[in-house]
Amino acid sequence: MKFLCVECDRQMTFGDRQLPGDGTLAATFKCPSCGRVVALLTNPMETQLVSSLGVEIGGRTVPAQPLETVRKMVSTGRDDAFVEGSREPGTGSTMTWSTGALERLDRVPNFVRGMVKRIYADYAKERGIAEITPAVMDTARSELGLEGM
Amino acid sequence: MRTYNQLTDPDRSGLLQQIITQRGRVAERLAGVRRIVAVMSGKGGVGKSYVTAHLARALARGGRQVGVLDADLNGPTMPRLLGIDHSPLPTPESGIEPATGADGVKCISMDLLLGDGQPLAFKGPVAESFVWRGAMEASALREFLGDVAWGDLDVLLLDLPPGMQRYIELCDILAAPPAVLTVTIPTLESRDAVRRAMRAALERGSELLGIVENMVGGGRQFTGTAADDLAKEFAVPVLARIPWHPTPDTWAALGAQL
Repeated sequence: MKFLCVECDRQMTFGDRQLPGDGTLAATFKCPSCGRVVALLTNPMETQLVSSLGVEIGGRTVPAQPLETVRKMVSTGRDDAFVEGSREPGTGSTMTWSTGALERLDRVPNFVRGMVKRIYADYAKERGIAEITPAVMDTARSELGLEGM
Repeated sequence: MRTYNQLTDPDRSGLLQQIITQRGRVAERLAGVRRIVAVMSGKGGVGKSYVTAHLARALARGGRQVGVLDADLNGPTMPRLLGIDHSPLPTPESGIEPATGADGVKCISMDLLLGDGQPLAFKGPVAESFVWRGAMEASALREFLGDVAWGDLDVLLLDLPPGMQRYIELCDILAAPPAVLTVTIPTLESRDAVRRAMRAALERGSELLGIVENMVGGGRQFTGTAADDLAKEFAVPVLARIPWHPTPDTWAALGAQL
């Protein structure tokens, strides 16, 4: 998907992506020559079609997680389908979570919670953050474009 | 006005690249799998899952490392056939660990992920869901192949639902079309449906391993010459004729031919 500023004959560059939560998607593109900005607005059906392919408009901000599409999109998943870590002992995450962060995490459905937790943990680990707090989660959401997480 | 291919700057979304990356992930994951065999039939109710499960167990008893991917996303039965309970699947960074069933057969199935008695349903717009549901199921299939830590396997059996759709999706996802083991019952109705499936598999480039004729004999509930007719038409062997009450030896004999 590319956008062309016809007047300048320049390819527009991707700017921002928003998922407001109503099934729609908004993405902005800017002409590097004249500065004109246009927005791509998709309806829920179009957004869903892209989601169903397991791809992200604007590119990936975090690596694909195991069974990502299944865990994000299946609405009839069992609460105890997944467990963190491995069958091998001592392989679980050692990241520290504040009480507030854990409370927020508890509001994420079980079926997808482990995946969301790992994304935040990887974000914190890569930045040398010792404890995940609600503020860290907010920053991660904003930086990584984790709308809905 | 220039068109898409005339714009040379990279596409930030890189949707095509994302798809290619997905395929690469599948290929990388399956690098340790020596053989992928799709168990298929154009006909429902012929016992594909039953044959798949018992074949997998026979191969495992024979000392082979075996995995089963239950590709019947809407009617999954493999965990019950392999005696697998609903223990949570571990999720280490290396990928989802498959469940382990009877005789050490590894398995992934939508049945392990869905709530008891729940159908496979997706979040998203309900109206006109046919537009995206097929793509969603294909993504789930791709993730079962690419995100499950299969490890080294001698054979990965893919238990397909009736019809051709899942097989075609597999051909699109896998680096090469899977080998195909066809299951039929003796009836001519089954023969006619299975013939179409075998023809499609042949046209896609799959190796046709042979035919398993299921539900043979007994009270002669099902009569006909489906297996022989198909074997002659496609020049493939009838690998087994499975009676109504097969023994472990029946499955071992089938496994020995694969």
